[in-house]
Amino acid sequence: MNLTLKIWRQDGPNDKGRLETYPVTEISDDMSFLEMIDVLNDQLVRDGKDPIAFDHDCREGICGMCSMFINGRAHGPQTGTTTCQLHMRAFNDGDTIYIEPWRAGAFPVIKDLVVDRSSFDRIIQAGGYVSVNTSGNTQDANAIPIPKEDADKAFDAATCIGCGACVATCKNSSAMLFTSAKLSQLALLPQGDPERTQRALKMVEQMDKEGFGNCSNTGACEVECPKGISLENIARMNREFMRASVVNDK
Amino acid sequence: MAVLDSKIPKGPLKDKWVDYKDHINLVNPANKRHIDVIVVGTGLAGSSAAASLAEMGYNVKAFCFQDSPRRAHSIAAQGGINAAKNYQNDGDSTYRLFYDTIKGGDYRSREANVYRLAEVSANIIDQCVAQGVPFARDYGGLLDNRSFGGVQVSRTFYAKGQTGQQLLLGAYSALSRQIARGKVTMYNRHEMLDVVVIDGKCRGIIARNLVTGEIERHGGHAVVLCSGGYGNVFYLSTNAMGSNVSAAWKAHKKGAYMANPCFTQIHPTCIPVSGSYQSKLTLMSESLRNDGRIWVPRKLEDAKAIREGKKTPEDLKEEDRDYYLERRYPSFGNLVPRDVASRAAKERCDEGFGVNATGEAVYLDFADAFNRYGHLEANIQGIENPSEAEILKLGKEVVKSKYGNLFQMYEKITDNNPYETPMMIYPAVHYTMGGIWVDYNLMTTVPGLYAAGEANFSDHGANRLGASALMQGLADGYFVLPYTIGDYLSDDIRTGTISTDHPAFAEAEKEVVDRIEHFFSNKGTVPVDDFHRRLGLIMWNNCGMARNETNLKKAIDDIRELRKEFWEKVKVPGNSKQFNPELDKAGRVADFIELGELMCLDALERKESCGGHFREEMQTPEGEALRDDENYTFVSAWEYTGDPGNSKLHKENLDFEFVELKQRSYK
Repeated sequence: MNLTLKIWRQDGPNDKGRLETYPVTEISDDMSFLEMIDVLNDQLVRDGKDPIAFDHDCREGICGMCSMFINGRAHGPQTGTTTCQLHMRAFNDGDTIYIEPWRAGAFPVIKDLVVDRSSFDRIIQAGGYVSVNTSGNTQDANAIPIPKEDADKAFDAATCIGCGACVATCKNSSAMLFTSAKLSQLALLPQGDPERTQRALKMVEQMDKEGFGNCSNTGACEVECPKGISLENIARMNREFMRASVVNDK
Repeated sequence: MAVLDSKIPKGPLKDKWVDYKDHINLVNPANKRHIDVIVVGTGLAGSSAAASLAEMGYNVKAFCFQDSPRRAHSIAAQGGINAAKNYQNDGDSTYRLFYDTIKGGDYRSREANVYRLAEVSANIIDQCVAQGVPFARDYGGLLDNRSFGGVQVSRTFYAKGQTGQQLLLGAYSALSRQIARGKVTMYNRHEMLDVVVIDGKCRGIIARNLVTGEIERHGGHAVVLCSGGYGNVFYLSTNAMGSNVSAAWKAHKKGAYMANPCFTQIHPTCIPVSGSYQSKLTLMSESLRNDGRIWVPRKLEDAKAIREGKKTPEDLKEEDRDYYLERRYPSFGNLVPRDVASRAAKERCDEGFGVNATGEAVYLDFADAFNRYGHLEANIQGIENPSEAEILKLGKEVVKSKYGNLFQMYEKITDNNPYETPMMIYPAVHYTMGGIWVDYNLMTTVPGLYAAGEANFSDHGANRLGASALMQGLADGYFVLPYTIGDYLSDDIRTGTISTDHPAFAEAEKEVVDRIEHFFSNKGTVPVDDFHRRLGLIMWNNCGMARNETNLKKAIDDIRELRKEFWEKVKVPGNSKQFNPELDKAGRVADFIELGELMCLDALERKESCGGHFREEMQTPEGEALRDDENYTFVSAWEYTGDPGNSKLHKENLDFEFVELKQRSYK
């Protein structure tokens, strides 16, 4: 198929940026979306032009690196799919496709479609862990049984890949789905209990400090999340935060 | 030839590690504060090592080329992690895990290292659970296990099909805690471009900031490489796009020997190549072979008709199908080890029985499983005289609950529904058992330079068992390296900060800069990927699932030609002082080309077949791998001498004190 691509080009965080038009031809249905961009870049390099910068790595939907806003939707038209798992059969011959970076104040553009998501790392650093040192002498893994239902819920929350689609989709650029996924995982497990109060306060504080917005319960993040992280986690985070604010005596 | 000192402690196998730990030198807590350790790579080995070393009090600098340490390719591991916990009461033990790993590796690994791996395996599970890693549990709230290929017990711990993700996020959270404490300084989007050796000791690295293009010098008392495997030398593999050999190769050029580089694992069940534009291959977990049956048509005319789209697999009657693994290996059937299953698929396709347009695919069929589970489920639900349709429906639901995410992944990529028609699969490059040579301490042949995880060669011999890569990465990072590195660093407590003004830093930096600038001054015209694809084809056709002397010699010539052309004609746009992914790729491909030649040389020199290394000249009359224990029970460790083709071979003899060498048989 032949397509017209309208791609966001931006030299750096201080450049204003603009959409540029690129025709691509003879695209196969079986190509992934990123392979289609590879074809375009190959041509740009041969023509002595600057190829499109975009983040990608595992190309199987788990590393969370790819991050394109395609025709106004994070990771494109399909749900439960990362950009690298999107295939060109989802488009038709003659289509015009708009490709933009994640847009959020806390995700400054590095170049073209590449953004800086280190704010996510800093949220985890604020408390997204259990403070246990490496030791050959932690207790046996089966010493604390965990109800299957809790373990499964914790697992579901823990499958967040940290791609940032939730932030890019949210009209408030809120990172609450991301933050609440980690907070929920640890709130649902006994291992997370000792640090429960400080974790909730600190992670939320960091989230605000990074410039992410608040949640207004639209639910778009849940719809666009490639891993289907549930909105329930935000409710749990709100409870955790409320509880922590009341019991905190520091 | 020089003798390599593996530093294996004396004494009985089961006491070696404990005794050794009791007697090595320590660094006291106050002195640790004055010692800097550099960790390159943040996968399972790197994250766990960096976090553990920082907890102990060392100052750690960690580097990854991705935008966050959480994205290292360990994240993509699916099936699980082995540990000798014996929670299932099925007779598992440290010794059994050790023995299975030695045998699975076709007797080409070190007994002492493998025993230690098995010994610390149980600690890994305890540590991860303490961190909050959500492993699968049964209804009693205790940890669940599943079974993997090549073993007769259930010792694999898992978190659905995302075990690697959960383990890596656990290590990443431990790392994040140390970053917050200021004990780890994290350098995201940085690539290591050289190691710096001063007075015979590794004292730092040269790195490039991939965002600004700035070249940086970083000093440290020791450097730990956890930079993963080199499967991307084949261009198409299940590795991530960015996975590369550069850190390891730079270390090799500075004196670290490369061990058994030709030992690569071709995984039997991957989604086949569909076109020349393809950038990577996707794995379908080994667990599918528990319930799927592998077959091709029995008659050549049927295979041809299927390739031409004139017949479908459903058109073929039972007697017209060849379940070739069950036919050749009745006792292990579809669950033979990876190397055996891969070679058998290639054999059928080479004979013309392949079932997709390219002729390189076989069927993985779940129809029997639907039927079997459907009947069971009907009994459980008390449905009397269920119809065929009812059974099929129930069976599909059971299979979905077991493998749903894999079936969905398959459908997304191929646009075929595996509940309705068999999957098509073909072997693909997955893992590299070879890597940087290390001694028992995980130290390379350069003092102060260590290698851990897939980057080293130490534990898997010539073939790795499923669910053992995660185990090894975390064993090295949590429980081995943090102890052994102290023995070396105890000599460094009075050294003081390593100055980056030393001429060795300046020299290494100049080499790096000169090489980068060449890419912009050569007036080339051909994109980097072109060369990478061509290298991949040479490697796959000559140093892949089957190897022979003629082809390997030809491949070496072809690669040398390609290397020459690469440096003349490669085109890198832009400049070196900017975010420039094409430049990053060019540097990596340059190193892959050199490594490829060494792999072929290694494969040529090892005139036996073992594990994943199959020399066509050395096989049994039935076409199985034929080892030569008399002449090849050693590790090939290659020393760089200025050109990969002239590398010098050193041999570390493998002494089997505790295990008897046998020919593997799965019939």
